Amino acid sequence: MEQVIQLEKVNKWFDDFHVLKDIDLTVTKGQKIVVCGPSGSGKSTMIRCINRLEAHQKGHIVVHGTELTNDLKNIDIIRKNVGMVFQQFNLFPHLSVIDNISLAPIWVKKMPKKEAEEIAMNYLEKVKIPEQAHKFPGQLSGGQQQRVAIARSLAMNPDIMLFDEPTSALDPEMIKEVLDVMIQLAEEGMTMLVVTHEMGFAKTVADQMIFMDEGRIVEQATPDEFFNNPKSDRTKLFLSQILNH
Amino acid sequence: MSSLSINSFTHKKYYNWVIRNLFSSWINSIFTIIALIFLYKVGSFFLNWAFFEADFRYNFQGDLILDRTFCSKNIKPGEFGACWAIIYARWDQFMYGFYPVEEVWRVNLTFALLPFALFGVLFDKIPFRKYFIYFTFLYPFIAYFMLYGGPGLSPVGTNKWGGLLVTLFLGITGIALAFPLSILLALGRRSKLPIIKSICVVFIEFIRGVPLITLLFTANVMLPLFLPQGVNPDNLLRALVAVTLFQSAYMAEAIRGGLQAIPKGHIEAAEALGLTYWQTTRKIILPQALKIAIPPIVNTCIGLFKDTSLVLIIGLFDLLGIGRAALADMTWTKLYYEVYVFISLVFFIFCFGMSRYSLYLEKKLKTDNS
Repeated sequence: MEQVIQLEKVNKWFDDFHVLKDIDLTVTKGQKIVVCGPSGSGKSTMIRCINRLEAHQKGHIVVHGTELTNDLKNIDIIRKNVGMVFQQFNLFPHLSVIDNISLAPIWVKKMPKKEAEEIAMNYLEKVKIPEQAHKFPGQLSGGQQQRVAIARSLAMNPDIMLFDEPTSALDPEMIKEVLDVMIQLAEEGMTMLVVTHEMGFAKTVADQMIFMDEGRIVEQATPDEFFNNPKSDRTKLFLSQILNH
Repeated sequence: MSSLSINSFTHKKYYNWVIRNLFSSWINSIFTIIALIFLYKVGSFFLNWAFFEADFRYNFQGDLILDRTFCSKNIKPGEFGACWAIIYARWDQFMYGFYPVEEVWRVNLTFALLPFALFGVLFDKIPFRKYFIYFTFLYPFIAYFMLYGGPGLSPVGTNKWGGLLVTLFLGITGIALAFPLSILLALGRRSKLPIIKSICVVFIEFIRGVPLITLLFTANVMLPLFLPQGVNPDNLLRALVAVTLFQSAYMAEAIRGGLQAIPKGHIEAAEALGLTYWQTTRKIILPQALKIAIPPIVNTCIGLFKDTSLVLIIGLFDLLGIGRAALADMTWTKLYYEVYVFISLVFFIFCFGMSRYSLYLEKKLKTDNS
């Protein structure tokens, strides 16, 4: 299998706080990896390092054969191929939905406006809200906003998608509509790294589960093994807390 | 019948409003009455002074007022009305300074074109906005050519400019030049590059820490020292440099306030999409930050517009300078109230206009994109 992301002994500190400790991770093309763990365990930081929203201080991160360094050219190449969806959606509130989506194709890919808007409409249909195209983000529900955010990422045609707790800021009744879009995306073969506590989603979609605690990957296993036969006590404790509430 | 009932209904409404707001209690009633008496006294005095008892061009005997000795209040004891003739007599100076009379049409044309240049910038939902904006960029060149002269027009040195012309020139040009500079300063102050950041911080803090008068003196006296020998910018240009730098520092701080209100997540989302720093700044950060910063920006603009009157201390004749020159003239001396009330009124019209425009913008942007 083709390896698309490699993390090798990645370490990161926020001042004195050692947030990532010797992270090793390999992602192959088409793989869906779900990362879970208690808050403060470094899971968000890890995926934010993959598109350089955070810089790591030690170790190597290679995406599609390009190593992430301070070289801005490499960062640009990687960001064009890696999409990201945030917990807080982060839509641009002063732009309409369709402008939010077509912005990056127009300015980063230098696509003609009309073509970019057609692409934007295609992805809006894909996330099932084409009728919202000309509204502003503030007029949409949280679930709709997050689907726009996913469409905005997809419009750049990335081959890897990073999801940073995409449903954590949503009301319970809106979680499903977002997860449905993500499941559809997974079925189409997208390489996905998802930080989430939605264990139902993880069981449906994931090829690999990763459990992190205190900056380390504590356990990495298939969902079957992870849920039914976890090896570490820390994982067992976490699962018992998250599944029995 | 029905119109009568509607009438009595509205009467009742006003009556209730008055009772509720003006006479709801003893104390309230007393204050209302005192305030009404005060308003009546002051208001009637002012109206009598400014209009009913005032001379405009002719005095109470019907003579054309040629100098201060013709004013009714200087002829007949007991007359106290304003003598507005000074404004008529000095009108050209108030508007144009010492601009040659036969060339004054050039200033008038420049003034007349100004609203068209501002139109496209101030309002966004207007027909042909694109062409208005083109005109806005063309306007400075037209204004320079018309006011200063060039091929086909005789040159008029800026030492001849004065009055409202100088006030508007310094106010509008100062604001227009300071705006882009202040955006760069505000961005620079938040930059991750230490040298750029410290240059911007030092510049802003230095300019804000010094009175405008000091800057004007500095520009007037010291600017020539920094320039190569033989280059001798005229007084008005020196004042413009000082005013622009002063305004840019204040506006930069207003804009920085707007920049700080933009959530970090927006910038991260733009970065994750692959937008460069300048694309993110232009497309994501500035449109939002400037919107938030409109009230403080307009605030600094109003402040600057009034502060332009300080240039009289370096020998420029702005509106206030012309007024003081008129008072120094023996034929018109001692008509202080008329001159200062008139100057106040002119400043007030422009500043009140800016203030109303800022309110309009805030209201409009609040309803936009809800």
